[in-house]
Amino acid sequence: MTMKSEPFVVNVGPQHPSTHGVFRLRLTMDGERIVDAEMVMGYLHRSVEKLAEGRTYTQNIPFTDRLDYLSAMSNNLAYCMAVEKLMGIEVPERGEFLRVIMAEFQRIANHAMAIGSFAMECGVWFTPLMWMFRDREKILDLFEMTCGARLTTNYVRIGGVSFDIPPEFMPAATALVKELPERIAEYESLLLENEIILVRSRDVGVLPPELAIAASTSGPVLRGSGVMWDIRKADPYAVYDRLDFDIPVGTRGDCYDRFLVRLEELRQSVRILEQALDMLPDGVASVEVPLALRPPAGEAYARIEAPKGELGFYLVSDGSPHPQRFHIRSPSFINLTPLRDMVVGLTIPDAVVTLGSIDIVLGEVDR
Amino acid sequence: MSRLLDGLEVGERIGQRVPEAVVEATPRWVVVHPEKLVAVATYLRDEGELDLGFLIGVTAVDQLDHFEVVYHLQSISQNHVLTLKTRALDHKNPEVPSLVSVWRGAELQEREVYDLMGVRFAGHPDLRRVFLWEGFAGHPLRKDWMEMPGGLTPGLGRFPRED
Repeated sequence: MTMKSEPFVVNVGPQHPSTHGVFRLRLTMDGERIVDAEMVMGYLHRSVEKLAEGRTYTQNIPFTDRLDYLSAMSNNLAYCMAVEKLMGIEVPERGEFLRVIMAEFQRIANHAMAIGSFAMECGVWFTPLMWMFRDREKILDLFEMTCGARLTTNYVRIGGVSFDIPPEFMPAATALVKELPERIAEYESLLLENEIILVRSRDVGVLPPELAIAASTSGPVLRGSGVMWDIRKADPYAVYDRLDFDIPVGTRGDCYDRFLVRLEELRQSVRILEQALDMLPDGVASVEVPLALRPPAGEAYARIEAPKGELGFYLVSDGSPHPQRFHIRSPSFINLTPLRDMVVGLTIPDAVVTLGSIDIVLGEVDR
Repeated sequence: MSRLLDGLEVGERIGQRVPEAVVEATPRWVVVHPEKLVAVATYLRDEGELDLGFLIGVTAVDQLDHFEVVYHLQSISQNHVLTLKTRALDHKNPEVPSLVSVWRGAELQEREVYDLMGVRFAGHPDLRRVFLWEGFAGHPLRKDWMEMPGGLTPGLGRFPRED
């Protein structure tokens, strides 16, 4: 006798911790298996793109903090790079190095959150997240001593950075960078061979490399599928072409590979930081840029390798004090494109792990 | 460094393959006719030397009398980029063909452009609003979405005390 079941709908979210914010997955189930998935978003839509059209270029920098609120430094950097491209502003070398240092600290902080919450979703309850928070806390302290803010930093400015680092920054940063490899080794011993993570994420949510490229994914999602693509190498910005680091890639494209890529990127970020802190030149950190900024008419697209993928800003200027068009190419949003293909056929707990492995932040998905 | 493909050169190559497709070519971008968009996109993706298989992003710009849909393309193997544009000349009911069949990555982004800018993508498998709810009045990123007193658009015309 065969059992017949009626398809039914399960709503995951919008208010559910596993959706990382206010994201809703409408899953059509056949028994325990997902047969269709629909993404519903927009609960956090704040119309940043429209708001930005009414403000000046400098006034728009704080908006970018609030996109991916776990990596504000990277967002500031991408936006300021776009304005600098539009205006043809050259940033002094010290400013570029400070930007790289902050962006890489931010990457570690972001991946700490991503790995910690991913482990939680797999069922490794709370310990990894708290361990990750310990290091993230120290990085946020560094941000606080530099610019006064921990999350919404508003640090990178057009033409450089808002403040040069205080004297106590270098000793603290050097000590942290010395300490981090040991910490990462601890995480690896805790998580790498962890039975719970292996069982829950190996061969779950597989994203083939062809689909990863066709669906425009970027960052650890693309690299987890085995595509060697990192904008820091492919289209170097700031001073990344002078720094030595590797790009980790996965082999199978499953959730575990994406997790491994993030874990290895922690090490690579530490490598970059060691070099950048060592090479940090003297001099001024930023050039004087008029407050009344009027870029010439034209357009510019600047992009960086943000912790979550390719973050780009497309600005169109008509020569007035505010942008005519302010478009954000946000990695979290576009990385969700292949989600349906990844979760169909899985169970709900596996779909939660898959969503966690993409690492979205709803501030950036909805904008 | 990702090389920026010369738009003039690419425009010429497109013209040989898809006649009457190129509307305008500058060193920085190529503008193609919306009717030929799918053919041009397929050519750009499949041509071995160009190999633009990665769609970075889709967006649209309200140019007051028409809409410009902008595609940023990337070749992962050749490491070069190209900006492809098309123009929807009807400002009331802009429509361009969907490129989901060429690049899957356009799926969510075209929905976003439709939602916020109101450009319809003919042939999109599931063209619905993505951020705003069904029944929302208008498309907010359009410059004429909400008339402000005196027909003003948001933002300053000039800075205070600027000469």
